[in-house]
Amino acid sequence: MSDTLTTHLSPRELSVGSALPELRKEAITKLQLVKYAGASGDYNLIHTDDETARRVGLDGVIAHGMLSMAFLGEYLCWLTGPTSIRRLTVRFAEMVRPGDVLTCRARVKALEQDAGGQRMTLELWAEDQRAQQVTFGEAEVVTS
Amino acid sequence: MSDVSVLRELIGRQSDEVLVEVERGAIRKFAEAVGDTTEACIRGDIAPPTFPTTIRIPIPGLTFDLARVLHGGQEYRFERPILAGDRLRCRTRLRDVYQREGRLGAMTFLIIELEGRSEDGEPVFSGRSTVIVR
Repeated sequence: MSDTLTTHLSPRELSVGSALPELRKEAITKLQLVKYAGASGDYNLIHTDDETARRVGLDGVIAHGMLSMAFLGEYLCWLTGPTSIRRLTVRFAEMVRPGDVLTCRARVKALEQDAGGQRMTLELWAEDQRAQQVTFGEAEVVTS
Repeated sequence: MSDVSVLRELIGRQSDEVLVEVERGAIRKFAEAVGDTTEACIRGDIAPPTFPTTIRIPIPGLTFDLARVLHGGQEYRFERPILAGDRLRCRTRLRDVYQREGRLGAMTFLIIELEGRSEDGEPVFSGRSTVIVR
């Protein structure tokens, strides 16, 4: 669990309202959606088959909402380490398509010191290349 | 399956408990698909926080037409990280069903919970999905 050492921020330097460093992901590809379908077990064909997607009124396949949430999960691991995460809550607001580039961002919403360490509530979101928030929510992390 | 009164009768219904063995290879495959750069996840030691989405346990009597459902929201809470080798006792439950007017007219919302405990019965994680039926 040494990854808690390789994090990208030091909570002691933060205050409520602080913007955290962003994490930009590579453009989403159709191959990634096929891999994610396999790895996650979500075989809904609207994510992997254009014909099925068009039949339900879409232009083509759309990404799994959970993939954008997974990006936010990775973002939390990158910020404060994979053992720090206590809660991640999101809403899926907009559709994401192959070719979209998502960037994860966060702001500090609350900070408190408790027996377990520094507890931090973050407001976080993934936005696309048009600066549209596609998935947004809140997270709680505890760092020692 | 979208008739609200029929669905509401299913509130409280839960799945059987399923023992889920968290495999290192499954963690690695998940991290790879996401492009997750977290070293502990790439090695397969620690599951990424959204890994519980791989745990899919049907609730008896609750079926969906996948073309008509949207995933509206998701929450995960952790008592501790999920680790390779964990044997988790998992169960899903239909917590609530309600109707709301949305941009596309009346929509039915389902709240589905997932919980995972250690073999000793200690809570490890929980999930809460909001599923929208058009």
